[in-house]
Amino acid sequence: MPDVTYLRPRDVAHAVRLCEGTPDARPLGGGTDLMVMLHAGTVRPRALVDLWSLAELKGIRRVDGGVEIGAAEPYTGIIASALVAEHCPALVAASRTIGAAQIQNRGTLGGNLANASPAGDTLPVLLAADAVVVTDRRTIPVAEFFTGYRQTALGSGELIVAVRLPAAARGVRFRKVGTRAAQAISKVVLAVNREPARVALGSVAEIPLRARGAEAALARGDVEGAVAAVAADIRPIDDVRSTADYRRQVARNVLRDLVDASSRR
Amino acid sequence: MTVHFILNGRPASADVSGSRRLLDVLREGLAFTGAKEGCGEGECGACSVLVDGEVVNSCLVAVGQVDGREVVTVEGLALPDGKLSPLQQAFIERGAAQCGICTPGMLLAAHALLQQNPRPSEDDVRVGLAGNLCRCTGYTKIIAAVLACRT
Repeated sequence: MPDVTYLRPRDVAHAVRLCEGTPDARPLGGGTDLMVMLHAGTVRPRALVDLWSLAELKGIRRVDGGVEIGAAEPYTGIIASALVAEHCPALVAASRTIGAAQIQNRGTLGGNLANASPAGDTLPVLLAADAVVVTDRRTIPVAEFFTGYRQTALGSGELIVAVRLPAAARGVRFRKVGTRAAQAISKVVLAVNREPARVALGSVAEIPLRARGAEAALARGDVEGAVAAVAADIRPIDDVRSTADYRRQVARNVLRDLVDASSRR
Repeated sequence: MTVHFILNGRPASADVSGSRRLLDVLREGLAFTGAKEGCGEGECGACSVLVDGEVVNSCLVAVGQVDGREVVTVEGLALPDGKLSPLQQAFIERGAAQCGICTPGMLLAAHALLQQNPRPSEDDVRVGLAGNLCRCTGYTKIIAAVLACRT
């Protein structure tokens, strides 16, 4: 592997200038995805702009009725946060399913979003919570963030600074189905909210997506309709982790289960 | 760039691109071969080291990211007088090593766990070591060795 230039910005503004001014530069967070791709040669940037140590991207704070999480705050910080446990327990649950201690100490929401894997475990939770991505120049609703397979709405040199969860994030419920509790890449991830009605899934299409048909049925209180609709909302494929048929069936079952659980609250 | 950090309590430096993997710089540049490469993609934990006391996969850390920080490999786990740590001793006494390739990573993950939680339950140990695979499947004795070090 040819050496890749390593750049360490002083702050976010400097990082944006480096990303905009350096050909083929990639921002680097905790490295849990990018370092794998770099070593395998599936991405070949000429420079890495290291965001990991930037204080502006760390921390978890209360903001108007909700909570804001720094883009480079690791999952370990999210799991330990009383504020996140209060405002969005589903995000704590999702963070616990990501890898194990080694990955939770380095993986970040900013990285999960920017990497835009259809299997990103936190992404359905962020979708169901109506979360907002805060960048160095604007805010983007998560529902508009994923534009194609591993493609995002981020512009050239645009960096994710934080993720905002509104008050409604509290009601989100989450389930991941994988081959084991730790270290598994998901077969299906599902997150549900009742108020407003949201159904979001991962590993069932080329992007993490909201199941709009299921949401419409759920908003009418038609649980069976939502369960029937979700299988048509998703676009699963057969791959090394699972099959399309299995994913459709599990999506139906898990949706019914999560809706039942939220009704019993 | 020249990366300066504390390695097992002593100053270390490496004149390399900061984008190189910490694992490679430890093993090839600095001849600390305790961290092993298993999968190279953050699945197996054989390359686990501590950075500022937190367990990480050194195959996923760019060496520039440890500039100014403290790194501990298995070579740094023994006590200052050279005696094995109680955890290392427990691994020997309980037969917690078979082929040995996962052992350095298991020791560091277990060390980090015990630092954070000196009295873990068996479940805590299983969760704490979930990022470390033993290809000999000798988990029972590994977990017993960690539980024997509760204080």
